[in-house]
Amino acid sequence: MFAALGDETRLALVVKLSSGRPASIVELTADSALSRQAITKHLRVLERAGIVHSSREGRESRFAFDARAIIEARSYLDSVSAQWDRTLSRLKSFVER
Amino acid sequence: MTDRIEKHLDLNAPIDRVWRALTDHREFGQWFGVRLEGPFVPGEVSRGRVTHPGYEHVVWQARIKAIVPQTLFSFTWHPYGVDKDVDYSHETPTLVEFRLEPTAGGAGTRLHMTESGFDGVPAARRAEAFRMNEGGWTQQMKNIETHLAAAR
Repeated sequence: MFAALGDETRLALVVKLSSGRPASIVELTADSALSRQAITKHLRVLERAGIVHSSREGRESRFAFDARAIIEARSYLDSVSAQWDRTLSRLKSFVER
Repeated sequence: MTDRIEKHLDLNAPIDRVWRALTDHREFGQWFGVRLEGPFVPGEVSRGRVTHPGYEHVVWQARIKAIVPQTLFSFTWHPYGVDKDVDYSHETPTLVEFRLEPTAGGAGTRLHMTESGFDGVPAARRAEAFRMNEGGWTQQMKNIETHLAAAR
């Protein structure tokens, strides 16, 4: 998931979609220098990472942002980080006594 | 959004004291909270039991990577692997690195800890941690906005 976000184009797509309103590929390609094909490829990467979901409306795919993947990844990192704070604090006490 | 954790700590102890606390398996065990079976050997798996009350069932396991005296100690492992029914060995481990540098004319030590490779942690494990955490949805949504803004 981090790899999915570690790309400027994909990050820009996520920011566009993070308002909550689903958008079509046409809308998402609108103010981009990239082709529809390139944007679609990026959207599929985001979809595989669980950051966006697509649904078909007639002949069109619409993409929507799913916050859960990012929230969970962030929360997980925060938990591990907090554990390290506690663990390293014990190291500090141990070597300084 | 970054996939690494970095910590920096100034310790009021000389570098060889800190080095011993990191790489002597008995000393490591005392502050980390694990009873290890034997010494750390590069390339080999180090095993033990967590000593924190309530977690005595947890097997602690790490593959030691580098031991460069007074400089670098590193290993790979599976963080948050506390479920005894789960086999974590097929998941990509994260890498933990401790780097040391002397400070205060040798009286002190700066410790740098980095954990990286979180992209290999399965989504289910991350979801678990989310459920175990307090913190409201609202706060998480604010966090997302902040992280997206910071990442541009």
